[in-house]
Amino acid sequence: MKNCEALVIGGSAGSLDVLIKVLPSINLDIKFPIIIVLHRKKGTDSLLSDLLSTKTKLKVKEAEEKENILAKTIYIVPSDYHLLFEKDFTFSLDYSEKVNYSRPSIDVTFQSAAEVYKDKLVCLLLSGSNADGVNGLTMVKEFGGEVAVQNPKTAQVDYMPNQAILRVNVDEILDIEQMADYINKLN
Amino acid sequence: MLVSNLPPINDEQVETLIDDVLEQYGYDFTGYSRASLKRRLSRLYSLDKQVSFAEFRYKIGSDNLYFKRFVEQITVNVTEMFRDPNFYKALRERVLPTLATYPFIRIWLAGCSTGEEAYSMAIVLKELNLLHKSLIYATDINPTVLEKAALGMFPLSQMKQYSENYIASGGKADFSSYYSANYSLAKFDVDLKEKMIFSTHNLVSDHSFNEFQLILCRNVLIYFDRDLQFKVLQLFDNSLENLGFLALGTKETTDFSPISKRYKRLEMEKIWRKTVNEKL
Repeated sequence: MKNCEALVIGGSAGSLDVLIKVLPSINLDIKFPIIIVLHRKKGTDSLLSDLLSTKTKLKVKEAEEKENILAKTIYIVPSDYHLLFEKDFTFSLDYSEKVNYSRPSIDVTFQSAAEVYKDKLVCLLLSGSNADGVNGLTMVKEFGGEVAVQNPKTAQVDYMPNQAILRVNVDEILDIEQMADYINKLN
Repeated sequence: MLVSNLPPINDEQVETLIDDVLEQYGYDFTGYSRASLKRRLSRLYSLDKQVSFAEFRYKIGSDNLYFKRFVEQITVNVTEMFRDPNFYKALRERVLPTLATYPFIRIWLAGCSTGEEAYSMAIVLKELNLLHKSLIYATDINPTVLEKAALGMFPLSQMKQYSENYIASGGKADFSSYYSANYSLAKFDVDLKEKMIFSTHNLVSDHSFNEFQLILCRNVLIYFDRDLQFKVLQLFDNSLENLGFLALGTKETTDFSPISKRYKRLEMEKIWRKTVNEKL
């Protein structure tokens, strides 16, 4: 990937542990924002941001509507809202119907990111028990972006990465130990 | 599969439709957040199995009935009863007891959608013995959802969730005492809607129509750009009595807007109180 402008990471069951292992090894000089979409119960936002911010010196915050998206920042998608990207590189929140029984939906955020960042986007899909995110990865590929998934053998729940590998022409299949290095090299 | 995953509606087409609808029907979506609007338009296009943009555009422009569906589908109408229970707890324990001293309480629910919040509000007012001297103006841009709201019938399948919300919001009664089951629907007691007035109101183009002590507008501003958000907040400011309360969605704020200096937030919840210094 040349000049990555945004990395979006999606995950469901079993992916929080992956993030906790990967975040400490991400370089502080990354030149792009990281946006994290995690399936979870509503009302647990500050807990998740607090937890993840103990794992990195990068700024970790919840994504706010109309906020400018900045490099070197890790944005957590708030629970119970979909996150969309505007063309002027700000966030929008959306309280419409659940997609794949999920809000936030990984598909929704991947698709929206693909339209805005096109071939400057990298999406990484982690462990999980449903196929949310897979359609989104397809669109990322159509817009020329890069797609990576967690090696299903290393996933607590392998359904989500397996579906991605089955249905999308993924660029990378990564063990947990390889992820930070992969992310650091996107610079 | 050769099915493309590309969105069926592109950015230019979004602008074309916004222009058409403004010109032909007077509905102004120019201040709406484009990412969400584009997604809703693409969704409607796919849902209705449209085959070309030209036909889609023609149908919206020429078929009044389809335009009604268009408005219903591109605006988001997802809501629930006692959504965000802590918010209702704050209403019950802090806002409404303050308003209880007034001889008459006027409440505006802007963007009321299918009415779940109006009935939740009526239940809380009733339990505080305030419903008899209250009036709930429930408005929405979309006439179709108001028709549903006026019926006061919601899917029975939702009642377990709503009952849990109600209890978490501090409700002490048996939630099922407020409705009767009617096949797959829960029909809410008619006395709850005696104090409701349903009316269309477009936050973009319509003016202030009364003075209120409490305005609720939750998860509407997120679909607007900053300029329109400020304009609508100004409309609320013009429609709110001094010391009245303004309630927004959990991810919405008066911060950054010109009205913010007149509003003091109740800690934790997204509720602000208007405090104009009378001496100035």
